[in-house]
Amino acid sequence: MSLNTEQFILNIGPSHPSTHGVFRMKATMDGEVIVELEPVFGYLHRGIEKLAEQRTYTGIIPLTDRLDYLSAMSNNLAHCIAVEKLAGIQVPERAEYLRVILAELQRIASHLIAAGALLNDCGAFMTPILYMLREREKILDLFEMVSGQRLTYSYIRPGGLAQDVPAEFLPALQKVVTDLPHFFDEYDQLLKENEILLARSKGVGILTREMAINTSASGPVLRASGIKWDIRKADPYSIYDRFQFEVPTGKAGDCYDRYWVRMLEMRQSLRIVEQAIQQMPAAGDIQTKVPALIRPPVGEIYSRTEVPKGELGFYIVSDNSIAPYRYHIRGPSLLNLTALRDMIVGWKIADAILIFGSIDICMGEVDR
Amino acid sequence: MTVILPAQDIANLITAQFPQAVIEFDNQAVVIKSEFLLKVADFLKNNQALSFNYLTDLTAVDYYDYFEVVYHLSSLEQNKILTLKVRCCDRNNLQLPSVTHFWKGADFMEREIFDLLGISFLGHPNLKRILLWEDFSGHPLRKYYLQ
Repeated sequence: MSLNTEQFILNIGPSHPSTHGVFRMKATMDGEVIVELEPVFGYLHRGIEKLAEQRTYTGIIPLTDRLDYLSAMSNNLAHCIAVEKLAGIQVPERAEYLRVILAELQRIASHLIAAGALLNDCGAFMTPILYMLREREKILDLFEMVSGQRLTYSYIRPGGLAQDVPAEFLPALQKVVTDLPHFFDEYDQLLKENEILLARSKGVGILTREMAINTSASGPVLRASGIKWDIRKADPYSIYDRFQFEVPTGKAGDCYDRYWVRMLEMRQSLRIVEQAIQQMPAAGDIQTKVPALIRPPVGEIYSRTEVPKGELGFYIVSDNSIAPYRYHIRGPSLLNLTALRDMIVGWKIADAILIFGSIDICMGEVDR
Repeated sequence: MTVILPAQDIANLITAQFPQAVIEFDNQAVVIKSEFLLKVADFLKNNQALSFNYLTDLTAVDYYDYFEVVYHLSSLEQNKILTLKVRCCDRNNLQLPSVTHFWKGADFMEREIFDLLGISFLGHPNLKRILLWEDFSGHPLRKYYLQ
């Protein structure tokens, strides 16, 4: 027997705990099934691209902190690499290693939030995420030690770092690096074959290989669909060509694969950090001499790096003044949302929350 | 390592297919005529030897005399990247064909350009403001924009 149903529109968000910020999904429902979905955003738009046109290249760094505020260190690095390429600035060896260590720790911290929040969306309320936050705290302590900040670091500068790390940093880092694998094992024991997680996420919200490429997805979302594409390998920046690491990929492109790819990536990041500690020179400059006001030559650059959420690109046009003529940010969070509608349509509302959570977006970067 | 295709080579490739399309090129990018945009996009994406299947970035710049829309295209299999530019010269009638048909990833990026710079993309499935609210007037990333 078929029931006659009437479609209705349901607003999810913008202020809702499971939309990870101020994000709104305008869903057309048929009973509990979503038949059409329109993502609506812009509630956090601060005009960062316009603001950047009135700031010096160093003055933009605090703005990049506020893009994806869960991975501010990676954003600082991405911006500084773009400026260094544009202005032809060299970075000292020791600073390069410290940058890589910090960027990879940031990747672990960001993925911990992503995985924990996904379990929250799954219905495993608060328990898994607290386990993840516990370890993230230790990484934030390290960041606080070097920069004095816990979220918006502004620590990486064009030509190096703001200041050298304190003497207690390396022993503390060593302890975190030694302890982390144990906690990764603990997560796997808890979650890898967890019945609830498997039942909720296996085969749900599939993003096919072709679709992932066509919608310009990047980062773990792209890799979970089976595409081995990581800017650190494909187009190495900084000193990433000196380290041995794997690029984990998924097969099905479902929510579970996106979760699992992140868990594997954290172990690879740790491998990079370990190698960087080994190879890092014990002393040396951490900052090259750069002019107080950087004036890059007339020209333009598109520079991209692999941040936790995907490919973060900066397109900068310089007119040889102290501020960029045009400063465009290609945010992975925004572009990973392009496929959201196609992933969600046909699934029930509870699955939609999970699919959205598995993309791992940060509204600061979507809205800019 | 990503191969950045020299603009000279791309210009030659495009000219071989569409002799009128290329306006000029420098060492980084090729500028083509807007009426050839869809044909060139089709060629770059669907030609087996090129297969630029990934739209890395799409943005626009206001140069006072004209607007320049910049396409960064990648081929993930061959690990290549190129920069393609199209210019809109008439400030009162800024229009370009949409490339969402070839790269779905252009959807939000074209909407963002429409919102912040005011360039319309013909054939876009859902062209409306994306970051600012619907009854906002003006386009903040234009150089003449004053608050």
